[in-house]
Amino acid sequence: MLNKLRRVGPPLLMLAPSLILVGVFVYGLIAANFTTSLTDNHTAAQATGQKPAVFVWFTNYLDLLASEDFQHSLMNLVLYTVVFLAGTMVMGFLWAWMLEKPVKGEGIFRSVYLFPMAVSFVASGVVWRWLLNSNQDEQASGLNRLFQIVGLDALQNNWWNNVTFGIVAIAIPAIWQLSGYVMALFLAGFRGIPEELREAARIDGASEWKMYRYVLFPQLSPVALSALIIIGHMSLKAFDLIMSISKPANYQTKVPAVDMYVFKSSFDYANAAAVGSILLIIVAIVIVPYLVRTNREEKR
Amino acid sequence: MTAEAEQLTAHRPPPVAPRVHKGRYSLARTLKYVGLIFFLIVVLIPVYVLLVTSFKGTGDADPSRAWALPQIWTTENWAMAWTTLAPAIGRTLAIVVPSSIISAFLGSLNGFVLSRWSFRGADIVFTLILFGMFIPYQAVMIPLTQLVLNLGIPTGVPTLILLHVVYGIPITTLIFRNYYSTVPHELIEAGRVDGAGMLRTYWSIVLPISIPSFVVVLIWQFTSAWNDFLFAVFFSSSQNGPVTVALNNLANGALLQNYGVSMAGALFASLPTLIVYIILGKYFVGGLMSGSVKG
Repeated sequence: MLNKLRRVGPPLLMLAPSLILVGVFVYGLIAANFTTSLTDNHTAAQATGQKPAVFVWFTNYLDLLASEDFQHSLMNLVLYTVVFLAGTMVMGFLWAWMLEKPVKGEGIFRSVYLFPMAVSFVASGVVWRWLLNSNQDEQASGLNRLFQIVGLDALQNNWWNNVTFGIVAIAIPAIWQLSGYVMALFLAGFRGIPEELREAARIDGASEWKMYRYVLFPQLSPVALSALIIIGHMSLKAFDLIMSISKPANYQTKVPAVDMYVFKSSFDYANAAAVGSILLIIVAIVIVPYLVRTNREEKR
Repeated sequence: MTAEAEQLTAHRPPPVAPRVHKGRYSLARTLKYVGLIFFLIVVLIPVYVLLVTSFKGTGDADPSRAWALPQIWTTENWAMAWTTLAPAIGRTLAIVVPSSIISAFLGSLNGFVLSRWSFRGADIVFTLILFGMFIPYQAVMIPLTQLVLNLGIPTGVPTLILLHVVYGIPITTLIFRNYYSTVPHELIEAGRVDGAGMLRTYWSIVLPISIPSFVVVLIWQFTSAWNDFLFAVFFSSSQNGPVTVALNNLANGALLQNYGVSMAGALFASLPTLIVYIILGKYFVGGLMSGSVKG
C-alpha cells in the first residue's frame, strides 16, 4: 500500500493542480451551464439570484431553434464556415504548392503570407471595416474604391450589409488571417514526403498529375484533415471579427457566439447558456471523433 | 507508402529519360513568380491602408483620396492613439506575462508526467485535458462569470490572468508532452538509477533540457493572450481591460468615426506580437505546428 502510494503519489501530485483546474473550469462549468440552460433564468432579477429560476427542461432550446432569428444565426454560421474553410484551404494549399520547390526569396513570401496570423482579429477588424465599406460609386472608399481604380467597377457591392450573404464578407478577413497558417501546415506536409517516393514515381514515368493524385495527395491528407479541424472549430467560434467589423447588434452578420453575448448583456442567462451549449455540441461533433482517432493512432 | 502508390510502382514500364521542356519549364516558373508576387501584394494591402491612413489628417477625409498618399503627413493620430491606449497596453503586459509563465510551467509538469508515466487511463486523462482546448468558451461563460464573482476576484487584470492560465493548460500540456516523448528514455532512466524521485528527476534533468519548448510555449501563450478579445470583453472594460477592448472601444465607441486614430491604434496594439513574430518567427511556427495536435 505504502509502496503504491510512493509510486503513484508524486506524479499525481504534479498533475493535481491542472486536473483540478481543468475539471472545475471546463467540465464543472459545462455542467453548470447546461443546468442554467434548462431554467427560465431570463431576467436580471433571476440572474442575480433575487428571484428564483424554475426548471423548464428543453423549452429554451426548442424556442431558440424555432425562432427565425436564431435560424438566421445558424445559417450565417454555416455560410461563414463553408466560405472560410474553402478559402483558407484553397489559398493555403496554393501558396504551399508554389513554395514547395526551391524558390528565390522563399523566406520573404512565407513570412508575409503568415504574418496576419500574429495580429489580433480586433486590430485587423479596424482596417477591414474600412476596406469593406459599403458605399459605392462617388462615395466609395475601401475595396469598392479600389475596384473603380483598377477598372473593375462591376465588383462593387455592399459587403456585409447584404442580409443573406453579408456574413461571407466577414469571412474574407478571416481567410486573409489564416490562409498562411494552412500554408505552413501544408508546407510541413510537403517537406515530410520522402524524396524517394517522388523519385520512384518519376522513374515509373508517372505524369505530374498522377504523381500528385497517387503519391502526394495521399501523403498530405492527414495534414489536410488537421487543417480542416482547426480552421473548422475556429470558424464555429467566430466572434471577434464580427464584433469589431459590424458590431453585435447587426442582424446581417450575427452568429450564435454573438447571440450569446447579446443575451448575456441583457441578463437573459438561460438563453445565453442554451446558445453556449448548442455551440459546444456542434464543436464536439467535429472534435471528439478527431481526438479519439488521433489517440488510437498514437497507440499503434 | 500508400496502396495507390504501391500499385503505381508495381508494374514498371521501362525507365524513361526525364523529359525536358526547357521553354515550358521557364514559363511555368515565371507564372509561379507572378502568382507569388500577386498574392504578396494582396496580403499587404491592409498594411498599406493601415500605415497610410494613420498618417492622414482631416484634409484627406474625402473618399476620392481613400487610396492616395497623405497630402500632409501628420503624426497627430499616432499621438492620440498612444495616449488613449498606453494604459491598456501596460495592463495587457500585466496580464500576459504572468499568465504565460504560469501556464507554461503547469504545461511542462503535465507534459512530463503524461509522457513518462504510463498508468491505466493516462491517454483518457490527456484527451480530456486536450478537449479543453477546443471548447467554445461561450459554453462556460455564464457560470464562469458567477464563479469569478463568488470567488471575489476583481474583474480586469486578476481575473484575466487566472483565465489565461486555466484555459492555456491544454495547449501547453500538448506541446510539452509532444516534446518530452522525443527525449531519449535513457536520459531520464539515468536519473532513476541514481535513486532520484520523479520530482527530483523533473527538476534536475527534465527542466534544463526544456528550454526550446518553453520558448515555443511562451511565444504561443503570449500571442494568444495578447490577442484575446472574448474573455476580455466579458471580464473587463476599457477602463481596466487589455488593449483589444480599449482598441475596440476606440474604433467603434466614438460617434464620429476617426479612422486615422483607430488605424494608428491598431498598429500599436499589434506591434508587440508582430515584433515577436519577426524576431522569433521560427519558434512561432513551431507553436503553430504543435497546435495541430499531432505536432
